[in-house]
Amino acid sequence: MSAASPPRAPDGVDLRAFLARREMLLVVALAALLAVVATRFPSFVTPRSLGGVFNDTSILIVMALGQAAVILTRSVDLSVAANVALTGMTVALIDAHHPGVPLALLVATALGLGLLLGAVNGALVWLLGIPPIVVTLGTLTIYRGLAFVLSGGAWINSFQFTPAFLSVPRAEVIGVPVLSWTAVAAVALAVVVFGRTGVGRSWYAVGGNPTAAVYAGIDAGRARFLAFCFSGLLSGLCGYLWVARYAVAYVDVASGFELDVIAACVIGGVSIAGGIGSVGGAVLGALFLGTIKNALPVVNVSPFAQMAISGAIIIAAVALNTRAERRRGRIILRPGASRPAPAAVAE
Amino acid sequence: MTRLRTLALSAALAGTTALAGAFAGASAARAAEVKIALVAKSLGNGFFEAADKGAEEAAKQIGDVKIVYTGPTTTTAEGQIEVVNSLISQKVDAIAISANDKDALVPVLKRAMARGIKVVSWDSAVSSEGRMAHLNPSSNALIGNMLDKLAADALPDGKGKIAILSATATSTNQNTWIAEMKKGLPKYPGLDLVATVYGDDLSDKSYRETQGLLQTHPDVKVIVAPTSVGIVAAAQAVKDAGKVGQVFVTGLGLPSEMAGAVHSGATKSFAIWNPIDLGYSATYLAYDLVKGEKAAPGAELSLGRMGKVKLDDGDEGAMADPFVYDSSNVDKFAKVF
Repeated sequence: MSAASPPRAPDGVDLRAFLARREMLLVVALAALLAVVATRFPSFVTPRSLGGVFNDTSILIVMALGQAAVILTRSVDLSVAANVALTGMTVALIDAHHPGVPLALLVATALGLGLLLGAVNGALVWLLGIPPIVVTLGTLTIYRGLAFVLSGGAWINSFQFTPAFLSVPRAEVIGVPVLSWTAVAAVALAVVVFGRTGVGRSWYAVGGNPTAAVYAGIDAGRARFLAFCFSGLLSGLCGYLWVARYAVAYVDVASGFELDVIAACVIGGVSIAGGIGSVGGAVLGALFLGTIKNALPVVNVSPFAQMAISGAIIIAAVALNTRAERRRGRIILRPGASRPAPAAVAE
Repeated sequence: MTRLRTLALSAALAGTTALAGAFAGASAARAAEVKIALVAKSLGNGFFEAADKGAEEAAKQIGDVKIVYTGPTTTTAEGQIEVVNSLISQKVDAIAISANDKDALVPVLKRAMARGIKVVSWDSAVSSEGRMAHLNPSSNALIGNMLDKLAADALPDGKGKIAILSATATSTNQNTWIAEMKKGLPKYPGLDLVATVYGDDLSDKSYRETQGLLQTHPDVKVIVAPTSVGIVAAAQAVKDAGKVGQVFVTGLGLPSEMAGAVHSGATKSFAIWNPIDLGYSATYLAYDLVKGEKAAPGAELSLGRMGKVKLDDGDEGAMADPFVYDSSNVDKFAKVF
């Protein structure tokens, strides 16, 4: 995981430097959170219960990895939840109306369609130069609208699915559900892509300093396009996982989930300004948010306070991020380099 | 522009119906048949097709009633206004409408009433000046009581802890029903309500809240979800937790969405209004008015096999308890809505 991390802090046993690393901070925060929950509801921290929390958070983890790639390139993908709704609805409709189609083909369809939807976002950003937030705000509505057109607003319900469609993510391999294994596999994939491939490194380069990236021969538009493809691919997979997990497909599936995904990235230390972030951070951010989501119901917090708590944590995380960035940005980018940067991006 | 078109259209309609009227007039005089129009929000919707079935049943039972089932192709008030205009020129005796807009239909329905047509709304109401009576599928008190009854029925001897999974904490419908439910609890001394949680009508949050309930209150035997998203998610969460048979999910849901939960055993029974009964009752109510009964606060009107309906101060009445679905009838209704 160290390969995926931004430039390492100098080695040493300085406690402040140790805590300054976002991953460590998150691990500590997560442990503290679990400890607090345990005082009010001890059985929450049993291995079985924690396994359940991880399983519940799997979809968020997978999608946070895709979003992290996009955010690294100074972009944002608001259409991920709509992508889940559309791919989920598509595979649900195929499964309900053609029960003979093998599951492997359905999963491939989900991946393919998700990739296509991501590529549409990426192409619009790359070729037409429209700001990512505008593009994905548009496609968010389009994708959800298409899910409505496909289904006519009708629900696909649990009894309409084939048994395999619903049971595979629940099946246990070595005591852990396939859904959790999928998240593990996605993390492994992301570690390789982010840290060991040219594409992954180009995301960091483009987000960190677009001008320098262009001088280094990196096509910023192409890197961004591929980040959107990666996000779309993972969202498509989650479309199937979501529908199978909740055994229902309807237009409003995962409504508002894109904000959770972005929040997970932000909490995990992926900088909205691009260039900073790690796979470990995104995963821990997702786990932190997932743990809160699972813990709040059992510690019996009022639903109004729940929203306020989630919001406060996101603000705190962003505050930490901006502090980290300020130190870095002021020193390196000040002498004249930060001014022409936007112009270079526009080209 | 649209106004002109509507004018031209109604003129054309009036022309054709004048011809039709010449024929109809002759036959009407002969049989004195009561023509009741059942106006749907839109055609091709299973819920309203089912209501039409009920209306036909009522017509058959009464004998001298002919049902004109109609509606626009899309759920728009404009479409319904055109439909009502054509019904006025067809000289129907009564119009029973489920309105797409509470206010937009008032002028045209007023015009219908001015021509002596009896107008009632059902399912979705028209403002009080645009109709003589409104038939609600149920009332808040009846729904609250039904939720208590469903919870008690799911327990072997009507005794045990129950919890509520609602929509959002601010949702008016659900909060009213839950308040009515709590009011009715003393009638079921075996029921012990231990928690109310909110799934925000999101399947993932509802699922998670149900998991939380199962952990914090392992002795809860029934989860009552008066929301169609929540009840489906809760049933799935109970099934996934392997608690089918120990914890039952009930509440308000649609048969097509709940058939799977009933088959898996996570749900024994649940309730929602029955569209067939609703169409039947709306027809009866319209027929009562055609036969000279007065719709006034306090009036009791016959709904045939559904008993009587008593109108409140706003000339509104509640048909009946929500209809209960279980393994014996869920598949039949799952095809309808």
